[in-house]
Amino acid sequence: MTVQGPELHRAGVGLTGEPEGAGVSATPSLQFGRRVRRLFAYPTTGPLVALVVIFVVFSAGTSTFLNAGNMSLIAQQSVVIGTLALGQTLIILVSGIDLADGAIMVLGTVVAGSYASHASPLIAMALGLLACVGAAAANGVVIAWFRLPPFIATLGMYTIIAAGARLYTDSRSFPIDSDLLSALGSGPDLGAFTATYGMILWVVLTLVLGYALNETAWGVRVYAIGNSPAAARLNGVNVTRVVFSVYAVAGVFYAFAAWQALGRTPIADPSGYQIANLDSITAVVIGGTSLFGGRGGVAGTFIGTLIVVALKNGLTQAGIDSLYQEIATGVLVMLAVGADQYLGRGQRA
Amino acid sequence: MPKGPHSQDHRWGNRAALTLAAAMAFAAILPAATRAEDKKFLIGVVELQLANPFFGKLEKAAVDTAKKNGLEVMTAEAKTAGDSATQIAAVENMINRGVKGITLDPANATALVPIVKKARDAGIVVVTTNTSLQPREAADAAYETDNFQAGVLIGQWAKATMGSKPAHIALLDYDLSDKTSKARHDGFLKGFGVGEGDPQIAGSALNMGNAETGQTAMENLLSAHPDINVLYTINEPAAQGAHFAIKKAKRDVLVTSIDGSCSGVRSVADGTIGATVMQFPDRMGQMAVEAIIKAVSDGAKPSGFHNTGTVLITDHPAPGVDSKDSKWGLENCWGA
Amino acid sequence: MTEVLVATPDLAMQARGLTKRYGHVVAMQEADFDLARGEILAVVGDNGAGKSTLIKALSGALIPDAGEVYLEGQPIQFATPLAARLAGVETVYQELAVATQLDIAQNMFLGREKRKSGLFGAVFRQLDKKGMRRQATEHMQTLGIRVQSIRQAVETLSGGQRQAVAVARAAAWGRKVVILDEPTAALGVRETTQVLELIRRVRDQGLSVVLISHSMPEVFAIADRIHIHRLGRRAAVVNPTTTAMSDVVAVMTGALRPDQVASALPH
Repeated sequence: MTVQGPELHRAGVGLTGEPEGAGVSATPSLQFGRRVRRLFAYPTTGPLVALVVIFVVFSAGTSTFLNAGNMSLIAQQSVVIGTLALGQTLIILVSGIDLADGAIMVLGTVVAGSYASHASPLIAMALGLLACVGAAAANGVVIAWFRLPPFIATLGMYTIIAAGARLYTDSRSFPIDSDLLSALGSGPDLGAFTATYGMILWVVLTLVLGYALNETAWGVRVYAIGNSPAAARLNGVNVTRVVFSVYAVAGVFYAFAAWQALGRTPIADPSGYQIANLDSITAVVIGGTSLFGGRGGVAGTFIGTLIVVALKNGLTQAGIDSLYQEIATGVLVMLAVGADQYLGRGQRA
Repeated sequence: MPKGPHSQDHRWGNRAALTLAAAMAFAAILPAATRAEDKKFLIGVVELQLANPFFGKLEKAAVDTAKKNGLEVMTAEAKTAGDSATQIAAVENMINRGVKGITLDPANATALVPIVKKARDAGIVVVTTNTSLQPREAADAAYETDNFQAGVLIGQWAKATMGSKPAHIALLDYDLSDKTSKARHDGFLKGFGVGEGDPQIAGSALNMGNAETGQTAMENLLSAHPDINVLYTINEPAAQGAHFAIKKAKRDVLVTSIDGSCSGVRSVADGTIGATVMQFPDRMGQMAVEAIIKAVSDGAKPSGFHNTGTVLITDHPAPGVDSKDSKWGLENCWGA
Repeated sequence: MTEVLVATPDLAMQARGLTKRYGHVVAMQEADFDLARGEILAVVGDNGAGKSTLIKALSGALIPDAGEVYLEGQPIQFATPLAARLAGVETVYQELAVATQLDIAQNMFLGREKRKSGLFGAVFRQLDKKGMRRQATEHMQTLGIRVQSIRQAVETLSGGQRQAVAVARAAAWGRKVVILDEPTAALGVRETTQVLELIRRVRDQGLSVVLISHSMPEVFAIADRIHIHRLGRRAAVVNPTTTAMSDVVAVMTGALRPDQVASALPH
């Protein structure tokens, strides 16, 4: 049932107080290795290190990377995928995946955008929110109640919604003329660093979701279900309801992401963000959240988003072909997933 | 024996006369009937992504021209870029149904070559619209925008507009393995008078031909090269996205693009885009079908490459480069 | 033949005439069950005898087709496992039902998390983590289970320790009855001894314990009485101090008739 290595065995002192395991005298290098391992056991350590490395490398290689203006740019370029990836984090934590998140976000932008021209902006936003949550909840119903595999269910939803958005707009994009809808793109100028409201919102949303995951019963249950749905169920957790709620709540974040997108580019465009689903999954995985569920969190996703964006920004500045950007991102993903496997989290319930 | 009116001989004679008359009448009608059938034949129109107004207009023009000339049309569409399989199946279908001609907008320049050969071997006239096969001669003729020429036009316009000012060029390309993308890119460079890797090129970035990726790419380029003052974009949505980056960075950049969508022409009118080159998808559809009709009736097969038109649209004409203004553009644009 | 019901509150749990059919298969046939207060009752039986079906009926995982269950003299019906838990009957399943990546305290309170009192608990639904950890530590200490930290992830614990956590959880929440399904099945000799000691302490805390087991030595080491299940019903209840192990096995297999062993049923 369990695998006991000498290292893990040291963890306990037995049921009745007898020390277990022979004392292993550790050489200094072994001790250092253990300390490093323990540090890297925190899921966010690896991504943080990667982000620092990226910043150092690009700052050294390109004189235009490390300045307030470019840092502000990276932050601004992160808000859409970053917000989208918050919802994706939730879903991946319960061992699911959402290939439709980008499409749902785009649907939100075109719905809100189309009503903004002849209805009050608040109504337009409310309808956009409704569209996003509705679509995401549909995912939730199909996955939580009908038990369809998330990959397949969300793949189908992605196709339906992407086509739906095109039909809805006749495949046309149209500019947004509403201050409210594009509000997140503006913000105070702190010297050379522009702090957009979108950035602030992204940070706030990350903190709120982090609180929910770490300080509420719902959060504990999300992690428990990702770890072992059977254990959660046997302990009285209504797994079906919690999983559905995860998809529905993710939809709220997709709606915020739509608002972010309109803030950045005030155009409702059904052909935009076509690979946002892969980008959001990349951000989540690079950030240390395990695709198997039950491990990781929004702090990692925050860092993962910055990694993905900073990489693109830096490579463009350095004049390196876009295709190398994609290779670099792919390598990072594989490192992240590999690290997840290797760093001792192989014991899944 | 005396012969009366109902004698046998008389009846035989009557019958013979009637038969002969009928035969002559039939012989007279038959060629006419055949000619009418000849006039009304079937053609096939194979397109891409009809949800995109560009292709939508192309197909409509083809179908309208066919119907106006009394032809029957069967249409097919590949819904996603690169979906050659659907088009191959469609052409097979059309061969079976006995079409006399096919207009094809190939999803892939090489994958469609074998099936086109099969069609031409069966005596069907096959012409391409919007983009050609590789090699181009695999089809009878090609009706498309000369994308290289389109690039040359905006390159020339940009160069003429800059005059003697030092240029710092940014290129927002689409995947350069795409024929059209490469042609426009090369054309612009030629028109402007610079080669690959010329120091006047400050930087280049790939984007997906839509606003948000155009914006991100332009932001990153401007961050690295604040002195950029000339911009080539693969299409108008990318240019519109780049405009947001330019506005935010408070720079002055000469923006060029290609396509001639109505949205793009409006951008020329409001100053977002300096100059764009218009394509004429309806001419593609129309000319392609007319070529087929001519081939079927005269036997004169079409051949070669036919430029369906490239017109520079700008409200700031440059010396030495012909152009039309945005008002004209709005009357002739495609899309919305 | 159903035994006469002596439904007194002295008996922690009783069942009479439990029956369950799955199509043609009869999993339980007029099964009876008596659990005295504060005793450890071992339930033994050969494979296919119907032990797990009986236990599922008692823990709320299964609704019998017929029969009654009594808890401390009161008739009761468990529609769901949750209902059984709310009534005070806790079950430790063979798979343990622990979330390995959560820590001990989180596992102890899984499904029953405690919120802070006041504004933070009510409006922001904040968990009282300190309180839960404190309580978890107390429970573990009362049962004499030692671990490095209540905050260590369950996946870092050995098999015996995980079992201990699961038992401690049941003992912490159980108000009346704790049911343990093969708790030492996957454990080594030393850890088995430790878990058995733990079970004794649970009983000493005042809970009544039902122990399903395949291991005769273990049963004889710890049980106050032994319920022998055979062919979907109770064959006999014996006292381990007055009955030989071989006789118990013989009743299990049918070599001995139930009336050939001394009954430990109350009269």
